[in-house]
Amino acid sequence: MAHDAALDAGHALHPETTTGIDNRKLAIWTFIGSECMFFASLIATYLVYKGKSLSGPTPAEMLQIPLVTFGTALLLFSSLFVVLALNGAQRGNRRQLIIWLGMTLVCGAFFVGMQVYEFQHFVHEGLTLKTNLFGASFYLLTGFHGTHVTIGVLWLATVFVTALRGKLPPERAMNLEIAALYWHFVDVVWIVIFPVVYLMKD
Amino acid sequence: MAHASVTPGEMSSLAHDEHTHPGPGLYVKIGLALFVLTALEVGVYEVAFEHPGNALGTALRSVFVPVILLLSACKFALVAMYYMHLKQDGKLLSGVFIFGLILAALIIVGLMLLMAYHHAFARLH
Repeated sequence: MAHDAALDAGHALHPETTTGIDNRKLAIWTFIGSECMFFASLIATYLVYKGKSLSGPTPAEMLQIPLVTFGTALLLFSSLFVVLALNGAQRGNRRQLIIWLGMTLVCGAFFVGMQVYEFQHFVHEGLTLKTNLFGASFYLLTGFHGTHVTIGVLWLATVFVTALRGKLPPERAMNLEIAALYWHFVDVVWIVIFPVVYLMKD
Repeated sequence: MAHASVTPGEMSSLAHDEHTHPGPGLYVKIGLALFVLTALEVGVYEVAFEHPGNALGTALRSVFVPVILLLSACKFALVAMYYMHLKQDGKLLSGVFIFGLILAALIIVGLMLLMAYHHAFARLH
């Protein structure tokens, strides 16, 4: 009932902004637009230096497809889970919100764990940030992405705690939608990194 | 449920989102499509590089990069259009994102051309 009342009241209102779009949503999209350029520079750097290392190890020797494919699947499923959580938040279905948001957090945490394991393995195998051009550009690109994933997990965790405390009613679903937009962006960046870095390693 | 005070902006945005965003059924279908496209990407890689003697693998190797980039672009578009709701939300948001993507593509192409020129120049002198 409160939900219907909120919808009715929303229809009766004039737009609050000159664009008719929530300012927070426009802000996160502008941020995402700027992040596209940030990751483009890192991807370009990786591509420019690809095959230019004077010594090994090379991408073909180091990169493992099965492990990273598992991580990619986790990230893709987490995007599905967060959008299902958002649907629950918008409909006032607290159970749906909490279950799917919790699943998103689990997938995100596993992805970060996968990347930490991969980095540890590479360092053990002799590939560090200063070993060669591949090491420098690889750690820079995937490290910045991993940092973004970690920030996304922490952001979604704060929204999860808010939802657990019953303070995320449908009227506040925008709080989750903005965090979810950031999470989807992290996912689409990985959709580019996975083929460019891992599948095109040869 | 006892709700905290709600601003008109929150109600307005809720009304907009509720009436335009698709339901869980479509989200699950998109999720399955993303899973299939990822499996295809890895499958193409396996056939092209893990089984070198295979005739199909040899054929796939010659078109590997465009095929992988096309599959990746499909996944990118599905997430942006349906999960990020660009298909339903206002054109302004699509414009902000696409403008960023165009600049990103220019950065990648520009840097690669610049470095290719640099390497060619360095070899000549």
